[in-house]
Amino acid sequence: MAATPPAAAIPHEAAAPPTAGWVLHAEIAVVGAGPAGIAAASRAAEAGRDVVVLDAAPRPGGQIWRHRRREELPARARAWLERFDRSGARLIAGAQVVDAWTAADAWAAAGSRGAAPEGFRLVAEVDGERLEVAADRVILATGARELFLPFPGWTLPNVFGVGGAQALVKAGASFAGKRVVVAGSGPLLLAVGATLASQGARVAVVAEQASRAALARFGAALLLRSPGRIAQAARLRSALGGARYAVGCWVTRADGDDAVREVTLTDGRRSWTEPCDVLCTGYGLVPNTELAEMLGCGVDGGRVRVDEWQRTSVAGVYCAGEPTGIAGVDAALAEGEIAGAHAVATSGAAGTPGTAGAADDRRRLFRIRRREHGVARALERAFTLRAELRDLPRGDTILCRCEDVTRGMVDPAWSFRQAKLYTRIGMGPCQARVCGPACEFLFGWRGQTTRVPTAPAEVRTLAGESGGAGAEG
Amino acid sequence: MGRPDAIVVGGGIIGAACAYELARAGMRVLVLDAACVGGGTTAAGMGHVVVMDDSEAQFALSAYSTRLWHELEPELPRAAEVDRCGTLWVAEDDEQLEALHAKHAYYLARGVEAEVVDGADVARLEPNLRAPLAGGLRVPGDRVVYPPYVARWLVDRARDLGATVREGCAAERLEDRAVVAGGERLEADVVIDAAGVAAARLIPDLPIVPRKGHLAITDRYPGFCRHQLVELGYHKSAHTMTSESVAFNVQPRATGQLLIGSSRELVGWDASPNRSILQRMLRRAMEFMPGLARLTVIRTWVGFRPATPDKLPLIGRWPALEGVWVAAGHEGLGITTSLGTARLLADQILGREPAVDPAPFRPDRVFAPHE
Repeated sequence: MAATPPAAAIPHEAAAPPTAGWVLHAEIAVVGAGPAGIAAASRAAEAGRDVVVLDAAPRPGGQIWRHRRREELPARARAWLERFDRSGARLIAGAQVVDAWTAADAWAAAGSRGAAPEGFRLVAEVDGERLEVAADRVILATGARELFLPFPGWTLPNVFGVGGAQALVKAGASFAGKRVVVAGSGPLLLAVGATLASQGARVAVVAEQASRAALARFGAALLLRSPGRIAQAARLRSALGGARYAVGCWVTRADGDDAVREVTLTDGRRSWTEPCDVLCTGYGLVPNTELAEMLGCGVDGGRVRVDEWQRTSVAGVYCAGEPTGIAGVDAALAEGEIAGAHAVATSGAAGTPGTAGAADDRRRLFRIRRREHGVARALERAFTLRAELRDLPRGDTILCRCEDVTRGMVDPAWSFRQAKLYTRIGMGPCQARVCGPACEFLFGWRGQTTRVPTAPAEVRTLAGESGGAGAEG
Repeated sequence: MGRPDAIVVGGGIIGAACAYELARAGMRVLVLDAACVGGGTTAAGMGHVVVMDDSEAQFALSAYSTRLWHELEPELPRAAEVDRCGTLWVAEDDEQLEALHAKHAYYLARGVEAEVVDGADVARLEPNLRAPLAGGLRVPGDRVVYPPYVARWLVDRARDLGATVREGCAAERLEDRAVVAGGERLEADVVIDAAGVAAARLIPDLPIVPRKGHLAITDRYPGFCRHQLVELGYHKSAHTMTSESVAFNVQPRATGQLLIGSSRELVGWDASPNRSILQRMLRRAMEFMPGLARLTVIRTWVGFRPATPDKLPLIGRWPALEGVWVAAGHEGLGITTSLGTARLLADQILGREPAVDPAPFRPDRVFAPHE
C-alpha cells in the first residue's frame, strides 16, 4: 500500500483573508505622479478629497518632468509641482505598484459570501516593504515607455533609448565630448539631440526615418492646429549646433567590440557609416496599460478605453495621459484635471458633494484635449514607421534581451503565445515590455496577457507579508 | 494528406506523445488543437517527472513513464531543459518521518532508487531549507523538463514521420470513427480524445473536472536549491478532492529560476488569480525556505488540471463510440505519465502486449460516488 502521510500534514486549512498587514485607506488613489497624475491628484485634493498618489520615482514629475532640483524645470512644471504640494494630496514616492484588484472580485475569488465589498486594492513595494492601499476610486496615470526596435548591434553598450539618454542626463550623467548619433522617429529625437548638445556632446547626426514628404504634410497640419510647435521645432533645430538633421534616414546596424563604435545609416539608396561613442534610438512610445488590464479595464489597440470623463470600462477606475493614447504633456494635464474633477463629483462622504468643475473650465479642458489628440494623430501619421525597419533584425539579432531569444529562433507564422511557449521570448523579468511591442511591429503579434505581479515583486510582498514578519512566521 | 489512420484531438503533452507513438508505429496521424501545441495545461504545469505512489496503478504508470523519459532523454535537445535534479521529499516531524520510511520501503521493493537522509543531511543538500527538518527522501531518477517545448518537439517528430498538425482547429464533437471540427467531418479508424481538461466537452460522460492551480516563477537565482523540493504533505494536498489546499513544492529551473507551487481548488473554469490562495501558497513555501521571502517573483499564473474522481487518468477504448479512444484526466501528473500513457494506449490500439496493466485506467470504469 502507498505511504500516506498523516492528516496533520495539511497546512493552513483555515481560509486566510485576501489581505493581510497594513492597509492605507484613501478616497482616491492615483497611480503615477507625472503630469496626468499630478493634475488629477491636485484637482481632487483641492476639492477636499483624501488623495494618495503612488509613484515609483523618488520625486514627482514622471518621465517628462524628471529632475534632481526643481530649478532645473520649466516654469509650468514648477507651478504644477507647487500646486500639487499645496493640494494636500499625499505622495508616496518610491512606491512601485505591483498588483491591483477590485475588492468585489477578490471577495468572489476567495469564495466569500454576503455583501461584496466596494472599492479597489493596490499593492505597492516601498523600500522593499509591502504597502496596500484601499481606495473608493482609482485614477491610473501610468504613462508610457519607449518603443525599442531591434537591429544588429542594438544590445551593445552605449546604445540607449532617447528617453533613457534624457533620463541619464537629468540624473547627472555627462555626455560631454562624446560623439553621438541620434536616430529613430518623432519629435523626441530633436529634443534629445538638443539636450545632449547643450551638455557638451558632439551630436553628429539626427536621423529621422520618416520621409520629407510626410514631415511636410505634418508641418502643414501643425500650422493649422498648433503653430507654436513650429517655432518650438525650429528652436530645437538651432539648439542642435552643427548636427545634421537627416530626414528619410535610419540606422541599419551598430558595430563595436566592447561598446558601440560606429553605426551604419541608410536613406534606402546608399549606406554610410558614422563613427560614434553613443547611439540614441527612439521609435516612439508605448502606453503602459498593465495595471488597467489587471483591473479589468477595456483596452483597444494598446490604449485604455475611456469616455469623455476619462472613465474606463470599470466603474470607479479612471485613466488619464499616455495610457489612453500618446498625446503629450498638455493632453495629460487636461485629462488628469478632467479625471480628478469627475472623481471628486462621484466620491466622498455624503454631505460633501463634489463638482465636475465649472462649465467654462470643462470646456477649456475638453478643447485642449481635443486639440492635442488631433496633433497626436497627425504626428502618428507623419512618423509612421517604415516597413524597411522590419527587415533589420538578422537571424542572430537578439529580440528578447531577458531570455536571449534571437530573430532566427522564432517563426513569424506563430502567435506571440506560441513564440513564448517554444522559445521563452518575453518570459524574463521585463515580461515582454520591451520585446512585446517590438514583435508587434515586426510580426503583427498581439494579445499579450498581463499577470500578477504587474512589476517584479518580492515573494513576501505577494505573500501578503509586511515588515520583517515573513521569515519568523 | 489523405484519410488519416488516426486523429488525435488535443496537442498537449498527452496528445503529442500519442501522436509520436502512433506515427512511430507507421500510422498516418492528424493532430488537432483548438489553440496551439503545448499551450494548455501543458504550459501551466511545473514539468516535474516524478514517481508517485498514491496507488499501485499510479505508481506503475509513473514509474514506467519515468523509465520512458530516461530512454527518450538522449534524443531531447537542450531547449527541452532536462534537469536530472531528482526529488527531495521533506518531512517536518517524526510522524512524517515514519511515512517517509514507508515510502522509501515501497520504492525499494519496486526497484525505484531512493535514499533516506537525516535532518542534518537535508540541511547539507539544501542549505536554504528551514532547519531542522526531520529528514528527507531523495529520489535521484526524477527529473524536470520544459513541457511546452517537449510537446512541440514530440509533434515535430511525429510530423517527420508523416503526421499532419492543425492548430487553431477546435473539435466540436466525436462520432463513430470521426471528428467534426471546423464544420468538417474528419474520418479515421482511430480517434483519440486527448483534449485534457476539455476532454469532457467532447465526451460528456467522462468524469473530468478542472482543478485550478497557481504557480509563481522567480528571477534567476542559480544554486538556490538543487532538487525539486516537495513536502510529504503534498500527497495529502493532491489527494483531497473536497477542499482547497496548498503545499510546499519548489523547483529549480535550468535557467536558474525557481518555480513555486502548489495550490489546488475546485472552482470551475474561473481563471482569475485568487490572491488569498496565492498568499497561502507563498507563505507555505516561505515556511520551508525562509530565504525565498526576499527573492523576486516575475510572474504568477493559473492553470487547470484535468482531475478524475480516483486520481487516475482515463486511458483506453470508449465503448459508446466506435473507434474512439480516450487519453485524458491526468490531473497534475500528465507530464510524467504522458509517455507511458501513449505507449499503453498504442499497445491497446495495435494489439500489442502492454507493459502496464490497463484495467485501472479504463475510461468506463465505475467510480465510487464519494471517497
